[in-house]
Amino acid sequence: MEILSIDISPKTPLVKFNAQEGKLEFRGRSIPENSIEFYTPIFDWIDKYSIQPKSETNINIQLEYFNTSSSKCLLDIFKKLQNLHTSNKSKVTVTWFYEEDDEDMLEAGEDYQAIIKVPFIMSKI
Amino acid sequence: MFDIYDFYEKMEDGKIMLSFKGEITSDLLTSILHIMESKLDNIGEEPKLKKKVYNVLVECLQNLYHHNDGTGNQNLVKSDSQNSALFLIGRSDNSTYKIITGNYILKENVLDFQSKLELINSMSKDELKEYYINTLSNESFSDKGGGGLGMIDIARKSGQKFEYKFTPINNIYSFFSLIIKVTQ
Repeated sequence: MEILSIDISPKTPLVKFNAQEGKLEFRGRSIPENSIEFYTPIFDWIDKYSIQPKSETNINIQLEYFNTSSSKCLLDIFKKLQNLHTSNKSKVTVTWFYEEDDEDMLEAGEDYQAIIKVPFIMSKI
Repeated sequence: MFDIYDFYEKMEDGKIMLSFKGEITSDLLTSILHIMESKLDNIGEEPKLKKKVYNVLVECLQNLYHHNDGTGNQNLVKSDSQNSALFLIGRSDNSTYKIITGNYILKENVLDFQSKLELINSMSKDELKEYYINTLSNESFSDKGGGGLGMIDIARKSGQKFEYKFTPINNIYSFFSLIIKVTQ
């Protein structure tokens, strides 16, 4: 399966998904006005990956800012990964990065942790 | 003649960092956010507060972008005000930021929106967290993509109550004025 690679922009994050390694990565900001447009290819990639996933899937989220319309898209990504995890197709781990003094970002990670049944690691940068 | 000095002084007294009145476009949002980020860096704002202000700004501006009911409508009193919204940000000496927005809203939407704002204002920090999580996990996207989370998120990040007012304009429209304070 092809690597999904999206360059960083002022309003959207760097995205790098590698199916061979079972590694998914977000880095930067996610504040587009139309988040569905940005996230649709990402959803599609995960759906394809989910047909034959690696035994372990690691997703790293290192966001500086994200808006509420992206928060809904992130939740949809986590839900897709939760399906992989609960169906035992792949052991999923989410690593949620936050800067030391950024309580809001830590709290945002904890919000997802409360909704999604996948192990979360909160990692201070 | 229009008193420009008076206008200037009012802006100065209000410690206005940036103001805008006009059509809110995607490019404009990018520019405003870029300018504000530089300004926050230049005054050496404390990183934690800087992030809060930036986050609240993003949501406020995107609310104006997505939810300006006046957009494209011919029924407004002033023909040039159709696509217009107002945005101001000021910073007082004790590092309190005040974000002010104004935009048209359809009268039929006022009651629902008002009760949502009242509900948010009545909530504690923990209640807001719960409300946010419930809304995030239960609500589907609206066609505008916001999913109703914006105001809850602003309230959580600002930690202050909203000040707001609906001014009736005509049979169809009211004008919605909002003040959000962001402090440490």
